[in-house]
Amino acid sequence: MRKVNCKLIEECVYKLALKACVSITPNCKNALENALKNETGKQCEFALETLIQNNEIAKKMNIPVCQDTGIATVFLEIGQNVFLEGKNLADAVNDGVKRAYRDGLFRNSVCDPLTRVNTGDNTPAVIHSEIVAGEKIGITFMPKGFGSENMSKIYMLKPSQGTCGIIDAIVETVKIAGSRPCPPVYLGVGIGGTFEYCAYLAKKALTREIGSRNERSEIAEIERQALKKINELKIGCQGFHGETTALGVSCEYAPTHIAGLPVAVNIQCHCVRCEKAEI
Amino acid sequence: MILTLPLSLNDIKNLKAGDSVFLSGAVLTARDCAHKRIDEYLDGNKQLPFEIKDSVIYYAGPCPAKNGMASGSCGPTTSSRMESFAPRLLDLGLRAIIGKGEISKEVVTAIKRNGAIYFSAIGGAGALYASRINKSECIAFEDLLTEAVYKLEVKNFPVIVACDSYGNCIY
Repeated sequence: MRKVNCKLIEECVYKLALKACVSITPNCKNALENALKNETGKQCEFALETLIQNNEIAKKMNIPVCQDTGIATVFLEIGQNVFLEGKNLADAVNDGVKRAYRDGLFRNSVCDPLTRVNTGDNTPAVIHSEIVAGEKIGITFMPKGFGSENMSKIYMLKPSQGTCGIIDAIVETVKIAGSRPCPPVYLGVGIGGTFEYCAYLAKKALTREIGSRNERSEIAEIERQALKKINELKIGCQGFHGETTALGVSCEYAPTHIAGLPVAVNIQCHCVRCEKAEI
Repeated sequence: MILTLPLSLNDIKNLKAGDSVFLSGAVLTARDCAHKRIDEYLDGNKQLPFEIKDSVIYYAGPCPAKNGMASGSCGPTTSSRMESFAPRLLDLGLRAIIGKGEISKEVVTAIKRNGAIYFSAIGGAGALYASRINKSECIAFEDLLTEAVYKLEVKNFPVIVACDSYGNCIY
């Protein structure tokens, strides 16, 4: 049994949040640079050049790449041999978020769903915890913006719709979203499970690196085919009609019920921000 | 092309969908909650604390400013969420909207009817836009925090004409 004080988790969340909001991931940066190289549309070129310049300015000035510093989404993988001490785990995560958004001068974007009154400190965070083997704690911090979240979808397909149905659902989601979610987008897709678990898988898929492939070949093939078809839509950067509509597609799957085929498509904008650490 | 705000009707007439433009001058930020509040003021015949006529509304909610900067990151938010409010404001003389993403037919019609214009800023370029804001002042609805109305003095704001005054859109 390993004892871990929740104060350590709070510190870790604090540091990850401070870093995540001011920088896109290195492979997102590469993907945007490649998109610019392949671009033929004049307006898309202008938009991609502006975005690449934006990342440099954010880095130089240490300010958020995008003003939508998101709803704090935190994935915890807690080893089952860990004993957590000190404050409540959720309080530790939320205190880390609160301090990071205050000290980093990040935007507080969380509000009551009915009154729309801002909570004032960007909490509560959305926390997903999994108990895993071992005695370590994995923490992933993703500030999730809502321009793209708003355009995400869940489909409850018929089992007979199969692989083609899955690919069509992914492509349709991007088509309907059009220019609104800040393309080029990155797609996290959940396949199988139940209604809510499928959505969780979609979000979790977004924590993978752009361009990484699922270990199972049939799933990797869905990722490849969906990406190809999405880029054939020619929505382009910001919807200005161009070559790159999506930077990547990552799918995660789970066994499902004999009667169903849930597919969740979670859209992430081109501002992919995700930081990981292990305690 | 570099243009100074407020835009004259002639400036607007010369712009075509797809043109890239750099804007300098005053813009007012307003997003979801501010629009709802503006609508309530208009419904109640209450005097707004700022002028809609001839102004430019930027759909944005900035981050807090760092020392030495006028504004924190301040890129555009999705325009389609404000489309139920836009025609009313355009009919009151709103000269231009800066946002991102496609807009409804009703908004396009209102833009055409009033000889106004819709610019798309580059979504996600919040830091770059912040570096081009010289002054920021909260002029209304301070209780809405980031969703309040801020008057920004911008310099060389990169935008694309997404819907021109003739109703032509790039989407």
